[in-house]
Amino acid sequence: MKRIVAAVAMALTLTACGANSDPLSNEPASSGAAGGGAVTVGSANFPESQLLAEIYSQALEAKGVKVTRKFNIGAREVYLKALQDGSISLLPEYNGALLAALSPNGIPAGVSSPDAVLTELKKVLPSGTEVLAQSAAEDKDTLTVSADTATKNNLKTIEDLKAVAPTLVAGGGPEFSERQQGLKGLKEVYGVEFKEWKPLDPGGPLTVNALKDGDIQVANLFSTDSSIVTNKFVTLADPKNLFTSQNIIPLIRKEANSATVTGALDAVSGKLTTENLTSYLAQVQVDKKDITVVAKAFLSENGLG
Amino acid sequence: MNFSYLTDPAHWDPSNPGSIPNLILSHLGYTALALLIGAVIALPVGLYIGHTGKGSFIAINAGNAGRSLPTLGLLMLMVTLLGLGLLPVLIALTVLVIPPILTSAYAGMRNLDHRVVDAARGMGMRPWQVLTRVELPMALPIMLSGFRNAALQVVATATVAAAVGLGGLGRLLIDGLAVNDYSRVLAGAIVVAALAVLVDLFLALIQRLIVSPGLKGS
Amino acid sequence: MIQYLTNNHEIVWQALQEHLYLALLPILFGFAISLPLGYLAVRFSWLYHPLINTFGVLYSIPSLALFVFLPVILGTKVLSPVNVVVALTVYTVALLARTVADGLRSVDPVVVQAATAMGYRRTRRLIDVELPIALPVVLAGLRVATVSNISLVSVGSLIGIGGLGQLFTRGFQLFYLEPILVGIILSVVLAAIADLIIVLVQRAVTPWTRAA
Repeated sequence: MKRIVAAVAMALTLTACGANSDPLSNEPASSGAAGGGAVTVGSANFPESQLLAEIYSQALEAKGVKVTRKFNIGAREVYLKALQDGSISLLPEYNGALLAALSPNGIPAGVSSPDAVLTELKKVLPSGTEVLAQSAAEDKDTLTVSADTATKNNLKTIEDLKAVAPTLVAGGGPEFSERQQGLKGLKEVYGVEFKEWKPLDPGGPLTVNALKDGDIQVANLFSTDSSIVTNKFVTLADPKNLFTSQNIIPLIRKEANSATVTGALDAVSGKLTTENLTSYLAQVQVDKKDITVVAKAFLSENGLG
Repeated sequence: MNFSYLTDPAHWDPSNPGSIPNLILSHLGYTALALLIGAVIALPVGLYIGHTGKGSFIAINAGNAGRSLPTLGLLMLMVTLLGLGLLPVLIALTVLVIPPILTSAYAGMRNLDHRVVDAARGMGMRPWQVLTRVELPMALPIMLSGFRNAALQVVATATVAAAVGLGGLGRLLIDGLAVNDYSRVLAGAIVVAALAVLVDLFLALIQRLIVSPGLKGS
Repeated sequence: MIQYLTNNHEIVWQALQEHLYLALLPILFGFAISLPLGYLAVRFSWLYHPLINTFGVLYSIPSLALFVFLPVILGTKVLSPVNVVVALTVYTVALLARTVADGLRSVDPVVVQAATAMGYRRTRRLIDVELPIALPVVLAGLRVATVSNISLVSVGSLIGIGGLGQLFTRGFQLFYLEPILVGIILSVVLAAIADLIIVLVQRAVTPWTRAA
C-alpha cells in the first residue's frame, strides 16, 4: 500500500511540476525573488490574521509583486511548519507570541517592551527567515470576563483570578491550553488554574458567544476584538506581563524578500495602529464586510493603494 | 509521530474530562443518537417506498444527494444558525445517516422474492402479518448492512464535532493539530478506527442474532 | 448571497477550481489502482477478504488525521495538495476495489465458460467480456466514490487546503452565513454534475442495460 501511495504521490508531484500555471502548484516561491518575484502569503485561522495577510498581499501586488494566497492554515504551531518547509513565504506575526513559541525555556526575564522583544526575537528566528520592521499596532492575548463575573468576584487583574479560578470555566482556541502564553504560563506565573478548559475557537464567535451565554466565565480573546467593548466585557490587566508586547510584524523567508517587498511591507507597518486595526477588523467581524474589500479600503485610505 | 499519547495512563483516567474514555463516550453518544434519530426518520419512509413502490425516485437518489452534502459545511452552518450545543451536531450527523438507512430499507423491500410474499398471502396472512412476519425479516439483511454502513460513516465523521468546539474523539485530532502534537493526532486516528471496527463487529453480531437462520444459507 | 458572490467571485472561483482538482484527481488515480486490485482479489480468492478488511479499516481513519499524517509518511510539505489527493485516493480505492471485485464476481460463470470455449484467452476475456458485464456495478461504485470525495474535500479546510471548504471556515470564523451557504450549494451542485456525467457515460458505454 505504502508503495502505491508513494507512486501516486510521485506521479502527482510530476504533474504539479509540469503545470506552472496551475493555481495549486506547490513550488516554493523562491524563483526570481531578487527582482520582486512571487511571494506566497499565509495566515492563521482567525480573521485578523487573514485581514493582515490580505493587506500585505494587496500592498505587494500594488508594487507589481506576484502573490499567491494560502490563508487560514491553522494555529502558529502549524503555519510555522508551512513557513519552514517553504509552502508559504510570508506571514503576519505577533512579536511576543512568536518569541514565546520559539523560546522553549520561556521568554528571558525582563523582556517585555516592543523593542526588547524584537531584539530577542531576532536571535531565535528559524534559519532562512527574517522579520521586517514592526508596527505600532498591538493585539494581545487577553483573559476577558463578563461585566457580571468581574463585579461579583471583584476582578481587575489576572492576579485577582487566582482565588476564584477553581470555580470558573475558561475557553478559547485549542492551542491556548498548551502554550506558555496560555494556561501553562497562567499556572506558573499567576498560579491560576481553572476548573475546566473548553477548547473553542481562537478569538472567534464561538468563544465570544460562550462568554456571553455564560457557558464559560473566562475567555481568551484578542485585545483588538470590538466585541469586548460591544458586550461590555472586562479585560483583566496583566501586571506580570505574561502576554508581553504583541506588535504586528511581517515574518518572511529570506529568499522571498527583496527591496520592493520590504518597502511595501514597511509602508503598511508604518500605517498600522492598534486603533485603526481595531476599526478595520470590526468592519470584518461586525459589518461582515469582505476581507478583500476592507484590505483595499485600508490601503487606499492610508495612501498605499 | 509515536504512540506516547495513546500509552500514557494519564490519558485513560476517567476522572479527567478530556481523557480518552470520556471522549469515546461522547463520541459514541453522538453516533448512537444520530443513528437512532436517523433510523426513526428513514426506516419508515424507506420501508413505505419499498413496499408501495411510490416515490422510488426519492429513495434511489436520496443516497447520492445526502452523500453530496458536506458534513463540515452543514455543521458550521448549523452552529452559526443555532449556536454552540448538541443540536447542530445531531442535525449534521443525522443528515449523514439518513440516506444509507433509507436507501437500504428501500432496497431490502424491493429485492424481496415476490413468490414468497404471494405464498404468504395465499396462506391467508393479513397485510400487517405479511409485513411483519415475512417482508421485514426477509428485508432485514440488506437493511442492516445499510445501517452498518451508516454507523461506520458516522463514527468516522463525528470527529468534525470538535471543529466547532464540541467533544468526541475529534478533540484529539483538532487539539493535537492545534498544538502540533502528532502523537495525539495518531492516538485519535487509532481510537476512531478501532471504534469503527468494534461498532461494526457489534452490529455484525446483532445481525447474526436477529436475522432468521433460514436466510443465511445464501 | 448574490452580493457575497459579486464581491468575492475571485475567491469563490479559485475555491471551486481547487475543489474540483482535489476531488477528481483522486477519482482518476483511485480508479486506475482499483481495477487491478479488484481483479487480483477475484483471481486469487484468498486475497479477497484481507483486502476488503484492510480497506474497511483504512476507510474508517478520519480524513483529518490522514491529511495530517501524510506529510510525515510521504515527506511532502504540510500545505501540499498532494496530501489531500493521496488521502482521498486511499478512500477511493477503499470503496472501488471492493466494487470492482464484487462486479467481477457477479459475472455469470456460464458466460465466462462460453467465452473460454469461444477461444478467448484470459486477458482478452477479461477486457472484452468480464469487465463490460461488471461495468454497471463498477460505475455505480464510481458514482458513490465521486460524490463522497467531492463532499470530503472540504475537511481539508481545517488544515488550510480545502477548496470550497475554505468558504465554510471563513464564514464560521465570523458567524457569517453567506460564504457557508455558497460553499454548500456549490459543493452539492458540483457533485450533482459529476454524478450526472458518470450516469451519461454509463448509458453510453453499457447500452444493453437500458433494454432491461
